[in-house]
Amino acid sequence: MIPELGTLALVLALLLAAAQAFFGLVGAQRNRQSWMAAVTPAVAGVWVFVTAAFAILAYSIVVHDFSVQYVAANSNSELPLLYRIAAVWGAHEGSLLLWIELLATWALLVAALSGGLPIAFRARVLGVLGLVGVGFTLFTLLTSSPFARLIPAAADGADLNPLLQDPALAAHPPMLYMGYVGTSVAFAFAVAAMLSGQLDAAWARWTRPWTVAAWMCLTVGIALGSWWAYYVLGWGGWWFWDPVENASFMPWLATTALIHSLAVTEKRGLFKSWTLLLAVFAFSLSLLGTFLVRSGVLVSVHAFASDPSRGLFILGLLLFFIVGSLTLYAVRAPSLKSDGGFELVSRESFLLLNNALLVAAAGLILVGELWPLLMDAFDLGKISVGPPYYNMVFMVPMVPLVLLLGVGMHAGWRRALLKSRQRLLLTLAAAAIVAALLIALVGYGGPGAPLTIVCFAAGLFVMASALIEPIEQWRRGLKLPRAALGMAIAHFGVGVWLMGVTGVVSYKVEKDVSLAPGESTEISGYTFRYEGTRPVAGPNFEALEARVVISRGGKVIAELPTQKRTYRVQKNPMTHAGIDVAWNRDLFVALGDDLGQGKWSMRVQYKPLVRYIWLGAVVMAIGGLVAILDRRYRVRRTADEPAAAPGTARKTA
Amino acid sequence: MWRYFAPAAGFLALVALFAFALMRIGSGKLDIREIKSPLIGRPAPAFVLPSLTDPSRQVDSRAFAGKPYLFNVWGTWCAECRAEHSALLAIARSGGVPVIGLDWKDEHEEAVAYLATLGNPYAEVAADNVGRTAIDWGVYGAPETFLVSAEGIVLEKHIGALSMAVWQQKFAPHLKSGGGS
Repeated sequence: MIPELGTLALVLALLLAAAQAFFGLVGAQRNRQSWMAAVTPAVAGVWVFVTAAFAILAYSIVVHDFSVQYVAANSNSELPLLYRIAAVWGAHEGSLLLWIELLATWALLVAALSGGLPIAFRARVLGVLGLVGVGFTLFTLLTSSPFARLIPAAADGADLNPLLQDPALAAHPPMLYMGYVGTSVAFAFAVAAMLSGQLDAAWARWTRPWTVAAWMCLTVGIALGSWWAYYVLGWGGWWFWDPVENASFMPWLATTALIHSLAVTEKRGLFKSWTLLLAVFAFSLSLLGTFLVRSGVLVSVHAFASDPSRGLFILGLLLFFIVGSLTLYAVRAPSLKSDGGFELVSRESFLLLNNALLVAAAGLILVGELWPLLMDAFDLGKISVGPPYYNMVFMVPMVPLVLLLGVGMHAGWRRALLKSRQRLLLTLAAAAIVAALLIALVGYGGPGAPLTIVCFAAGLFVMASALIEPIEQWRRGLKLPRAALGMAIAHFGVGVWLMGVTGVVSYKVEKDVSLAPGESTEISGYTFRYEGTRPVAGPNFEALEARVVISRGGKVIAELPTQKRTYRVQKNPMTHAGIDVAWNRDLFVALGDDLGQGKWSMRVQYKPLVRYIWLGAVVMAIGGLVAILDRRYRVRRTADEPAAAPGTARKTA
Repeated sequence: MWRYFAPAAGFLALVALFAFALMRIGSGKLDIREIKSPLIGRPAPAFVLPSLTDPSRQVDSRAFAGKPYLFNVWGTWCAECRAEHSALLAIARSGGVPVIGLDWKDEHEEAVAYLATLGNPYAEVAADNVGRTAIDWGVYGAPETFLVSAEGIVLEKHIGALSMAVWQQKFAPHLKSGGGS
C-alpha cells in the first residue's frame, strides 16, 4: 500500500508541476496577476509531494520491503542503515527520484529567495523550472518507476552494489546532482530573459549567485567522486577520464565559463548573447550527461543501469529543451546589443580568453566522448578514446588558462594593468619560478621536468596573485566585498589544486610487489613491512585484513590495516586501501591477490601532494560560498529598483 | 541572421547522431552489452604482435588454432579490468580454455607489474600499443572478452567486466556443446 502512495504522490507532483509551468509561462505572457500568484503555491506543492515520494522510497528500503522491485534489487537485510538510505539513489530509478527532489528543492529556494524580482520575470523562471520538472517526472513515471512491485516478493534483497557502500560515495551523487540540477536554474533565468527580452546588468546580478551555487555543488560533487575513486577502486588514481566522469566535468567547465561571462555581462553589458548561450550549454551538458549515463550509448565503469528505451525518452527531453531554447535564442539574439567595446588588454579580454579556453576544454572532451559514436555511425570502425587523448587535450587549454588567471585578476575593466601592479606581478612571477625550482630540488631531489616547473610556478603564482587584493585591502584597513573575497579564495584554490596535480603526476612512485609475512619493500625512503593477514567480518561482508607497518630510517610512522572485502550477496571482491596521510604526501597500500603460501600481491604507492587536489576543490567551493553571501546579491524588496548602472559597481568584484 | 541558428542546428545534428546510435542499439537487443558483435560467426581477426612478457618474441594468432580460446582485451588504465581479474584467474585455473590477453594501449612496465602483482591468467599476452588489433576486433572499450572456437570462429563476446556468472551463462555452454559453432 505504501509504495502505491509513492506513485500517487509523484502523479500529484506531476500535475502541480504542469500547473507551475502553465501559470508561470502563460500567466507572464498574458500578464494575468492571479495566474502568476498561483505559481508559488504550486512550487511548494510540488516540493511537498516529491519529498513525500522520496521519503516513501527511503522508508520502503529502511523497513526492508522486498516486495518493491527497486528495494529487492538494491538493498539487503544486512545492509547498514546509512547505506540503506544511500541505496535510495544507488541505482537508476532512485537516482532519478533524487534528481526530481533536488529540482523541486532548487525551485523552492528560487521561489523563497526571489521575492524581489519583477513578478512576471519570477513567474517565467519558475515556469521553466516547472517544465523541466514535468519532463523528468514523466520520465520517472513512464520508464523508471522506483515503486514497481515485485510479485512474489523476494525473500531478501540483492544488496547495494558494493562499490557504492562507502561514505564518500553515499554523499557524492546528491552533491553532484545538486550541481547538475542547479544548472537548470541558470537555464531558467536565461530562458526567462529571452522570453521577456530583459537582459541587463540586473538580470546578470540575479543569475550570478544561483550559477555560483550550482557550480559549488558540482565542484564538491566531482571532488567527492574523485576522492572515492582514489581509495575505493584501489588504484590510487584520482581521475580516470571515464565517460561518466567526463559527463560531470563538462558542465563544470561550462558553468565556470558562465560565472565569468556573467561577470562581464553584469559589469560591462557585454557578451550578452554569449552568456545566454553558455547558460543553455551548461544545462545541455548536464542533460547530456544524464543521457549518456542512462542510455547505454557509452559503456562505462559507472553504467550501473542503462536501457535504450530510456535513452530515447531522455533524447526527446533533450530535443525539446535544448533545441527549443536554442531556437528561441536564434530569434532573440540578433536584437541583443552589447554596450560598447573594450581594450585589447583589459579584464574583459582576459575573461574572453578564459571563456574561450574553458569552452575549448569542454569541447575537446565532448569530441573525445562522442568520437567512438561518430566513427561507429559512419561505419569507420570502432575505436575507444583513452586517457592519453584527454590528458593531452586537457593540458593544452588549461596551462595557458592558469597562467593568464594570475595576471587577469588584476586587470581593470576597460583598461590595462596598473603600472604598480605590473611590477608586483613580475616580482611574484620570478619568485614563483625560484620557489618552484626549490621545491623540485629540495623536496624531490632534482631540477624537474620543464612542465613540472612551469606548473608548480603557475600554481604558486596564482596563489600569491590571489592574495594581493585581500592583503592590500586589509593593510589599508578596508573590508573587501564578499564577492571579491570569494573570487580571491576560489582562485587561490585553483593554485592549490594545480600544486597537488603537479606533485602527484610528476613525483608519484607506484610499485607492485608480492610479499610474504615479514618481508618488506621500499619506495622513496619508506619501508613497507608486511606483517600478515587475519580475517575480519563486517555487517554484510567478510574481509581479509593485512597489516602493513611503514617505517622510515628505522622509525615506525604508521601501521596500516588494508582490507580486501568480499560482500556476501554480490560476491565481488573490493579493496579497501590503507592510507597514511601527512601534509606533504600519502602513503598508500592496497591488497591484491592471494598468491598462495602466505604470499600476497600488493600495490604500494607514494603520492606526493595528492591531498591538495581535493583541498583545492574544497577551497574553490568555499570561495563560491563566500561570494554568494555578498550583500549585493540579496534581492531587495523594491522590485522596480533601476538596474545598477555598469559603471557604479565596485572595481574589484 | 541565420548564423544565430547555428547552435540549434549543431545540436540537432548531435541529437540525430544519438538517435542513430540508439537505433543501432535498439535493433540488436535492449542492452548494449548483449549486442551480437558483427564478428560472431566470422573468423577471428588475425594478428602478430610483440609479447608483453618477452618483447623480443612475437605472439602469432595462428598458433592458437586447433582448440578454443578466450580472448580478453584489457589495460592497466581500466578499472573494470581489475574487477574482472579474479574471474579470469579462476577461469584460467579451471583449465577449460587458455586465456589470451590483449594489453591495449598500455605502459609496458605498468602492465608487467600489474600481472606480477595480481597474478597472470594469460597463456599469452600480446601488447597492442597502437590499438590496431583492438580496432580489428571491434573493441568499444576495455574490458571485452571473446570466445573463439577451435576452427578460429568467434562464438561469443562480452562487453564489460567478466564474472563467474557471466562465464557460466554466456561462455561455458558453447564449450559443452563440443566447441564447434
